[in-house]
Amino acid sequence: MAESILRASNLGISFGGLRALHAFNIDIREGELVGLIGPNGAGKTTVFNLFTGVYKSTEGAFYLHDKLMSGKKTHEIVAAGIARTFQNIRLFKKMTVMENVLIAFTKDIRYGLPGSLLRTAGFWREETAIREKAMDLLSVFNLQDKAGWGAGNLPYGQQRKLEIARALATNAKMLLLDEPAAGMNPTETAELLACINTIRRKFNITILLIEHDMSLVMNICERIVVIDYGEIIAQGLPEEISHDPKVIAAYLGE
Amino acid sequence: MSVVDGLTLFIQQVINGLRVGSVYALIALGYTMVYGIIRLINFAHGDFIMVGAYSLFFTVPLMISAGMPAWLSVIIAVAVCATTGVLVEKLAYKPVRAKGTKMSALITAIAMSLFLENLAQTLFGANPKQVGTIFSLPMLLGFSGNTLLTILIGVVVMVGLSLYVKYTKGGQAMRAVSEDKNASMLMGINVNRIITRTFAIGSGLAAIASLMYIVQYNQVTNMMGTMLGLKAFVAAVLGGIGNIPGAMVGGLVIGIVESLSKAYISPLTGGIITSAFSDAILFGILIIVLLVKPTGIMGEKTGEKV
Repeated sequence: MAESILRASNLGISFGGLRALHAFNIDIREGELVGLIGPNGAGKTTVFNLFTGVYKSTEGAFYLHDKLMSGKKTHEIVAAGIARTFQNIRLFKKMTVMENVLIAFTKDIRYGLPGSLLRTAGFWREETAIREKAMDLLSVFNLQDKAGWGAGNLPYGQQRKLEIARALATNAKMLLLDEPAAGMNPTETAELLACINTIRRKFNITILLIEHDMSLVMNICERIVVIDYGEIIAQGLPEEISHDPKVIAAYLGE
Repeated sequence: MSVVDGLTLFIQQVINGLRVGSVYALIALGYTMVYGIIRLINFAHGDFIMVGAYSLFFTVPLMISAGMPAWLSVIIAVAVCATTGVLVEKLAYKPVRAKGTKMSALITAIAMSLFLENLAQTLFGANPKQVGTIFSLPMLLGFSGNTLLTILIGVVVMVGLSLYVKYTKGGQAMRAVSEDKNASMLMGINVNRIITRTFAIGSGLAAIASLMYIVQYNQVTNMMGTMLGLKAFVAAVLGGIGNIPGAMVGGLVIGIVESLSKAYISPLTGGIITSAFSDAILFGILIIVLLVKPTGIMGEKTGEKV
C-alpha cells in the first residue's frame, strides 16, 4: 500500500457551542482520489478549511507526510504541499490568466527587489523558467491561448480549470477540490473529468474532492467518505457507499 | 490686466496646483494602498506627515553640521515614517482587526491620530517650529525651482510606485492580497508580510510628502497632518479609494482646484465668496463625489461578496 500523505486523527472544530466537525479520521494514501460527500451543511467545506489552516481545529490534529500541520498558518501549509480550490470561484479577476498562475510561484522566488529592479541575469533566468512552467500548466488545461486574457473574462468552465491550474502551480502534492463541477453543464463536466485524470497522471497528485454530482463521484473516486452532522457515517468503495443504508437515509434521503 | 499677464497668472496657478497636488497625491497613495489591502481608512496617515516633518526638523541641522547635503535627511525621515506606520499597524490595528469589526478598526485609527498629535505636543510643544532650508533652487523659466523640483519628485515617486505594483512580484502579491486575502494565502503568500510592507511603503511616501511640504512652508506643528490628511483623503475618494492611479489623479485634481479657487473665486464672484472658501469647495467635492459617483473617478463598481 502506498504511503500515507494526508492523515487526520480525531480532527474537530466547534464554533461556540456548535460542533461543526467531530472525530474526523481519514488516511489518504499517495496517488489516491478520495471523494468527500454529505448533505448540505454536513461540514465538508469545514474539513477543507481545517486542512488549509483557514480554520484552526479545536480538537485532534492532521498530518501531511506524517508532519504535524494543524496550528500552522495557511501560507506555511501551502508551502508544505496542500492546495485547494473554492466552491465559488475565487480567481484574481482583475489579473490576467497568466498572472493568476504566476502568483502561485511567488513563494518560491529567490531573486529580491534589487534583482527585479535591475532585471539581472538571475532575474531573467528565474522569470523565464517560471513563465515556461506556468505556460506548461496552462496548456494542460488548454488555456495557453488565453494567457493574456483577464481572468474574469473567461467562460465559467475555464475559470474552474484555471483555479485548478493555479492550485497546482503552488507545487502541491495534495489537492483539495471543492465542488469542481458545480454549475457546469454535462460537456464541461466531462471535460473536467478528463482533466482530473490527466493531472493525476502528469503530476502524480493525490486528490480529495467534495462533489454533489453523484455520477462524477461514483465515476472517478476510488474511495468515498460520507459525513453528516459533522461526523463520518460511512467510508468505503463507491459501490459499498451507494448501497449503505445509513448513507441512503442521510444523503440520498430515500 | 493684459491677456498675457492673465495667462501667465493662470499657468502659475496651475503649476502651484500641481505642486500642492503632488503632495496630496503622495499622501492619498498611502490612504489608498492601506485601504486596498485591509479595507481600513487609516485616519492616522495624515499624522505620519507630521512624524516625517519632525524627523526632518531634527535631522536637517545634524546633516548640515556634519557637512552633508540637507536633503539626505529625507532618507532618515522615510525610515522613521515607515517604522511608525508598521508599529501602528502591528500594535494598534492588527490586534483590533483580529478581534473586532471594521468599525472598531476605524475608531482605533481615529484614536491613533489623536494619540500621535498629542504625543507630539507633549514631546515638542504646540508652537510651530522652523525647519532649516533643505534645498533652495534658482528660478527656472519664471517658475520657482523648488516648485518644479517638488513636482518632479512627486512624478518620479508615482511612476516608481506604479512600476513596482505592476511589474514586480511584491507588487503582484500586493494586488492579489488586495483582491482576495484568503485566496492569496492559499497561493502561499504570507499576507501579514504584505500588509506590513504596504504600511511601510505608504508611510514612507508620507515622509516624502512632508519633505515636499517643508520645502515650501518650512514649518512643523503637531497638528499639520490633520488638514493635509483630510484633503488627501478627499483626493483618494475622488480618484476611487483603493485605486493607485486614482489617488494620483485625485491628488493632482484637488491641488489644482484648490490653487485655482484660491486665485479666482473672489474676482469671479465679485468678492462675495472669498478665497477663504477654497477648503469648503474641496470638501464640497467630496460630498458631490459621494452623491454622484461614490466609487470615484477610477474606482470600479464592486458588489460585496456574499
